[in-house]
Amino acid sequence: MIKKPFFGYATANFRYELLSKAVAPPASLPVPQQAVFLVPDPDDLGPSGFDYQVGTRLKTGQLLRARSGNGPGVYSTVTGTVTDTSVFLGNYGQKFLSLTVQCQQEDQWSEDFSQALEKDRQQALLDFLGAAPGAADLSPFADGQTPIDTLVVLGADPDLLVETNLSVLKSDLNALARGIELIKEVFGPQSVMVVAPGDNLQNVDSHFPARAITVPLDYPAVQPLMIMQKVLKRFPAQDKTIARLGVVFCKAEAVVSAAAALTTGRLPLEKLITVIDKQGNRKLARARMGTPIGDVLRRFGIETGSRDRIIAGGPMAGTAIYSLAQPVTAETDALMVQDRAEIVMSSDYPCINCGDCVRNCPAHVQVNMLVRFLEAGQYQEAADMYELYACVECGLCSYVCPARIPILQYIKLAKFELERSLPAEEDNA
Amino acid sequence: MLSSRQYIVSHAPFWHNGTAVHHRNYNWLLALLPAVAAGLTYFGVPALGVICLAVSSAIFWEWLITTVARRPVTVGDGNAALVGLIFGLLLPATAPWWLVITGTFIAILIGQQVFGGIGGNPFNPAALAWAIIFLSWKTFLDFDSMLVNYSFNFAPYHPLVALKAFGPQAVARIPLGDLFLGKQVGGIGTTCGLALVLGGIWLMARGIVRWEIPLSFLAGVFVSAFIFHVAAPESFSGPLFHIMAGYTLFGAFFLAPEDSSSPVNFLPMLIYGATGGIMTILIRNIGAYPDGVIFAILVINLINPLIDKIRPKRVN
Ligand code: SF4
Ligand code: SF4
Repeated sequence: MIKKPFFGYATANFRYELLSKAVAPPASLPVPQQAVFLVPDPDDLGPSGFDYQVGTRLKTGQLLRARSGNGPGVYSTVTGTVTDTSVFLGNYGQKFLSLTVQCQQEDQWSEDFSQALEKDRQQALLDFLGAAPGAADLSPFADGQTPIDTLVVLGADPDLLVETNLSVLKSDLNALARGIELIKEVFGPQSVMVVAPGDNLQNVDSHFPARAITVPLDYPAVQPLMIMQKVLKRFPAQDKTIARLGVVFCKAEAVVSAAAALTTGRLPLEKLITVIDKQGNRKLARARMGTPIGDVLRRFGIETGSRDRIIAGGPMAGTAIYSLAQPVTAETDALMVQDRAEIVMSSDYPCINCGDCVRNCPAHVQVNMLVRFLEAGQYQEAADMYELYACVECGLCSYVCPARIPILQYIKLAKFELERSLPAEEDNA
Repeated sequence: MLSSRQYIVSHAPFWHNGTAVHHRNYNWLLALLPAVAAGLTYFGVPALGVICLAVSSAIFWEWLITTVARRPVTVGDGNAALVGLIFGLLLPATAPWWLVITGTFIAILIGQQVFGGIGGNPFNPAALAWAIIFLSWKTFLDFDSMLVNYSFNFAPYHPLVALKAFGPQAVARIPLGDLFLGKQVGGIGTTCGLALVLGGIWLMARGIVRWEIPLSFLAGVFVSAFIFHVAAPESFSGPLFHIMAGYTLFGAFFLAPEDSSSPVNFLPMLIYGATGGIMTILIRNIGAYPDGVIFAILVINLINPLIDKIRPKRVN
């Protein structure tokens, strides 16, 4: 963690540290003894909305979904027996049914995916790819709202320290190319670009099925919202989400997942994870999705104690988790452990108007003003007057704020609340 | 079992550069120490009394007000001490005790707490309190009569008052070096330019005071005083005199850049500072008051939201 320099303004000149150099090949974890799957519960019915009880047998690759068929599903990455079901609350009130599964070592493959593929390739990808490593949300291609003309493949992770997608890009360019071609074939975006910082796209030649876009090494150049503004020059707004602007983002790992699924007919089971220990050392791991996070940390001998922080994702945009029993999911690009001594808690101080956030905001948001409206819950004013939607959600303002205001959290909450209020207004109109 | 361990759950980002409000305030206090030392040197024990009373009463008022209002008690962040110290340094060394505690009460309550405390005040609290005291008990801020019992080894009159009353010839013989070293009649901590510049450089170098504001303030003073002086040297003193005399340096480094009442964007900061400097000279040269710094700062505080865009105050 970089401290403010003794002299000078507080600046946050973070650069994507180029990794690729010396990261050892990923360590593979065995099939876990117990796996946990978080099945979305869009109708908020709890266990009664599902067909899974204690004792239900699951096969590898079996689609797990609410009985109603609503919402996205996940798929089991193991063969085994359900030993526990419970309700799990995610961020922003998302509900899940958590299935704990006692695993057996040999996989019995379910036919769910191959059957789906035979029926409708596009639908199969839509149903399964969101739960495949890299968690691609391709639904905007098919929801019939705005035609999607551009697919952006992230050849590196937006967050600092996370190496997962860059390592995918570096290690298997051919699989990436195959995946891009298949996605083009199935969904037909006019243009596909692959984005990475620095000189990581050197090996991408003119035969590659996507345009190579190099962005600076300065954080947050790889943040999707930053790419929207700086590369695509399309500017999200309250009623214009990324998808409504005709763009879908997808991580390199997800593209490779698609390639694997379509060419072999079998779903990929293992997630590539960057494990960041308390000293900031980085290692790569491959573990089946559903593996408890504790298993991954134990594999690297990382000890955790009370009041430490465990983060799914990177230091700037990850999510803190509260139990080592929580599983690796399709989105877990990194696992980071922070020692309690390193943790700076946010405070309930008001903004003192020091201006450090304004100086550091890559999107030139008037953060000192914005935060006053956000603290007062005046989200609409924040959006109308102070460029809430210009924010690329990099977290640099929170990083430098001496009042330790959780600014990024306020911003995300504001966007979430505004988005929630939007359909209601449309209905009234 | 694993679940017995409690992990810290909070929101991204998980890194912080370690700065804190109290670090900033303690640095301000540190930067004012040279001025305090100079004040004690020139004005002796009475100055010490005023400073101690100002700081302690400001802390007490903030503690009292936050406690009564059932707000979190924030005196530990050093902000009340800072406001008290700045107010105290503006006073003559012989200011009576009731004036000091009334002033800090105004600074803390009207200057800050009614606007929701630190970060909410539209005016510099110490400057506001000074102005209210000045309008109510003018004689106690008349340095010449307040300091009449001192025997100074330098010009024993306030340079700006002399300038206003008798014109530039009256102050032409005061060496600028004397003014810069603090050999002038004035507030406890506002006379010694050297001490103020040292403190100011410290705060700017540490990135705590936004350097754009003091420098543009001084540039505003310099340029406008220069123009007056060139146009009519017999009526108006030169720019360096105006920078060294009165509250100019104290205002530039310690009043104008107060976080909450000043802008944060580059161009607005320059406009804000320069306007303050120009206003100071306008008041001094053609206005009614000998020293215009405090009123100039209150004026730029007032127009700050317009310059830096309007913002709502966080009053519950
Ligand atoms: S407002 Fe904060 S999170 Fe948003 S872009 Fe600016 S610095 Fe990043
Ligand atoms: S939000 Fe934080 S960093 Fe920004 S001006 Fe306010 S106190 Fe400073």
